[in-house]
Amino acid sequence: MSRASSRQLFDGYLDPRRPHAGAYDEMFDPVDGVRTAYKRLHDSLQPLQPADLTTRSEALDRALVDQGITFSLSGEERPFPLDLVPRVITASEWSRLERGVVQRVRALEAFLADIYGEQQIVADGVLPRRLITSCEHFHRQAAGIAPPNGVRIHVAGIDVVRDEQGDFRVLEDNLRSPSGVSYVMENRRTMARVFPDLFAKHRVRAVGDYAVHLLRSLRAAAPGVTDPNVVVLTPGVYNSAYFEHSLLARQMGVELVEGRDLLARNNVIYLRTTEGEQRVDVIYRRIDDEFLDPVQFVPDSVLGVAGLVNAARAGNVVIANAIGNGVGDDKLIYTYLPEILKYYLGETPLLPNVDTYRCWLPAEHAEVLDRLDELVTKPVEGSGGYGIVFGPDASPKELQAQRRRIRANPRGWIAQPVVQLSTVPTKVGERLQPRHVDLRPFAVNDGEDVFVLPGGLTRVAIPEGSLIVNSSQGGGSKDTWVLAPRASGEDAELRGPGLGTPAVKPESTPEQGPELNAAQQQQQQ
Amino acid sequence: MLARNAESLYWIGRYVERADDTARILDVSVHQLLEDATVDADTASRRLLSVLGITPPDGSELDVWGLTELVAMSPETGSIVSSIASARENTRVAREVVSSELWQCINAMWNAVPERQRAARRVGPHEFFTFVENRAAMFAGLADSTMSRDDGWRFLVLGRSVERVDMLVRLLMSRVGDRPTSPGWVTVLRSAGAHDTYLRTYRGALDASRVVQFLLLDRLFPRSVFHALQQAESCLEDLDHGPSARIGAGAEASRLLGKARSDLEFLQPAELLDNLTGRLQALQATVRDVGEAVSRQYFHAVPWIEWNNTEVNL
Repeated sequence: MSRASSRQLFDGYLDPRRPHAGAYDEMFDPVDGVRTAYKRLHDSLQPLQPADLTTRSEALDRALVDQGITFSLSGEERPFPLDLVPRVITASEWSRLERGVVQRVRALEAFLADIYGEQQIVADGVLPRRLITSCEHFHRQAAGIAPPNGVRIHVAGIDVVRDEQGDFRVLEDNLRSPSGVSYVMENRRTMARVFPDLFAKHRVRAVGDYAVHLLRSLRAAAPGVTDPNVVVLTPGVYNSAYFEHSLLARQMGVELVEGRDLLARNNVIYLRTTEGEQRVDVIYRRIDDEFLDPVQFVPDSVLGVAGLVNAARAGNVVIANAIGNGVGDDKLIYTYLPEILKYYLGETPLLPNVDTYRCWLPAEHAEVLDRLDELVTKPVEGSGGYGIVFGPDASPKELQAQRRRIRANPRGWIAQPVVQLSTVPTKVGERLQPRHVDLRPFAVNDGEDVFVLPGGLTRVAIPEGSLIVNSSQGGGSKDTWVLAPRASGEDAELRGPGLGTPAVKPESTPEQGPELNAAQQQQQQ
Repeated sequence: MLARNAESLYWIGRYVERADDTARILDVSVHQLLEDATVDADTASRRLLSVLGITPPDGSELDVWGLTELVAMSPETGSIVSSIASARENTRVAREVVSSELWQCINAMWNAVPERQRAARRVGPHEFFTFVENRAAMFAGLADSTMSRDDGWRFLVLGRSVERVDMLVRLLMSRVGDRPTSPGWVTVLRSAGAHDTYLRTYRGALDASRVVQFLLLDRLFPRSVFHALQQAESCLEDLDHGPSARIGAGAEASRLLGKARSDLEFLQPAELLDNLTGRLQALQATVRDVGEAVSRQYFHAVPWIEWNNTEVNL
């Protein structure tokens, strides 16, 4: 019985004819069978009937819709597709990854402080000046704004993938306003409801306290204030990540505001409330730089607050993440990260980059144009998977158009060999199939420590053979399980003394109201 | 609290109450039309539509189904479905000031609408009205047990009370043309959920003047106009954190409500039916003015300014 159904669930899983068969599968080793990390998960899934899987997946979808866990795609609300099979990362894999993310955030923090300050790295000839000044997200308006506790990257999302050998590599850094952390928390909550038995067999590290770390970092950003007033600034209810903005504001217990709720007077930012105006100290903004302040950037922005940049410069308000962080996640600057790490920290990268060709260097430019049909070309700024061209999948016409675009603006493009992202079993129809995934761990910097949320957002490309995981391109997500090291009892929830001593005697039974006795009941009949 | 959120809460209160009351009014009217063949369906439907502020369609004759489609199912402004959608949209905007349970209640209600509409078209409209009434009751219960009694709660109750006055006035307006002995007055009581209480209060004696008296003046019944006015007034009083006024009312909204309330409070019950229509119209005007006054006082809307840097010369 169980044998038959297992044949159904994992039937044809490692079909050698599948696209990108060279990719690293996280559950199955082609020689040794199931990998240790996935052993228990595999054993629990194997006896399940396909119908059972479907029932759970329906329950999961319903739970997501009723809770309103959605993202907006061209104005329409959609549930964020969550796959039933979690992705597992072992404790040792995670600790390597975590160290690499922390190292990167520290180096980029130093880099941004330098770029918007003395620009020593340019003066020392490590990076060419035109690399910085030609970056679209280098904002002169932010030069000389020094955040009180020196933090510019309050939240970072570092996108990593596993290559054909299973090693983690960084695909891109997100230092502006990385989104997706709400789905990490909600995916876990929902999974625990529909798949309780899986959790009972694993020791998964918790992700629910992200908001605590975020709030600590935001409060630490205004060191002079006793009780800083923190707000979350959202573009509004029609933004694709509105659900996340509202969830974070709720979990931190702070106001979720729009630009029209704020006003600047004498370089101080106030909140319009029913009891008059209230001073704001820290703004966790989820609005792009360009819309933040109509006085400094796009003049017809209705989302921002006029005078915000000057208030930040005067030191009366802290903007998190800082303005101009985009210079740190430019994909061309990303290729210089080994130099940046060496310059500021004197270290070599713990997490390697993906090999990248820089179209703006004449030598590499020619090679990219030559091999365009086997490379992936990406715009240096931008996110959401827009503008990416996969050489092997593109038609000659598309390649020709791409060649023209690169020639016209070599600074705007980089090229990478096709990375066959690792695969994880994913429910497709009635079966489990390998689908490609990436991972976005979230790091929160409070000025002293960089906290990395154990887990992160695993995005999965649902169409067969697709390597684009962005939700705007039809991607889904997976719950990401970082397993706790076997020996650790440190962060066990139920350790330590409780509030009071539990009662030894049984508690008194609850009182009951008057009832008719048997004789009364009988006579009334 | 944030002015924008206060406004959202006020409107959540209004829209949920509107959906609830419209469902109640329609539930009773539709079944009266079905039970009593002597009533002219088209005239009755058109009167109801005009009272609810919905423009009746030209030409085609209205029957029970046409009426239900217009008032309940269509996404046009004023229908039950549109009220539910607006309540949900306002909750979505004010998500961080309402409890998760409250949000889920409204969101699940909104999500279930298409399915309930299909069911109603199959087995009859009563199904749909019950669904709306139940969800509204659930909403009220959850709000009661999960919201702290702060300004947010007061704005929600204020919106609900104001809407309740408005809807009750509309309900009475739909019947002012009836004979005092018309059986239609029972349906008015049923719509307001007041039938049982009324029977116990007046010992079964049913006539128009007493019904109107009960729904306008009763001090204990929570769906009476007087009670709703009083509740709205007390919400405004609690919202006003300024120094207490020694003469007159502190703010326009409380003055309007206080005046309307005391007009009813010290009215000779016998005079109630003189110029009933005028009285109801005056109440409706008061509701509109209160809404505007509250919005001016608390929901500071700001005009949008475009920043144009053409004049800056450096």
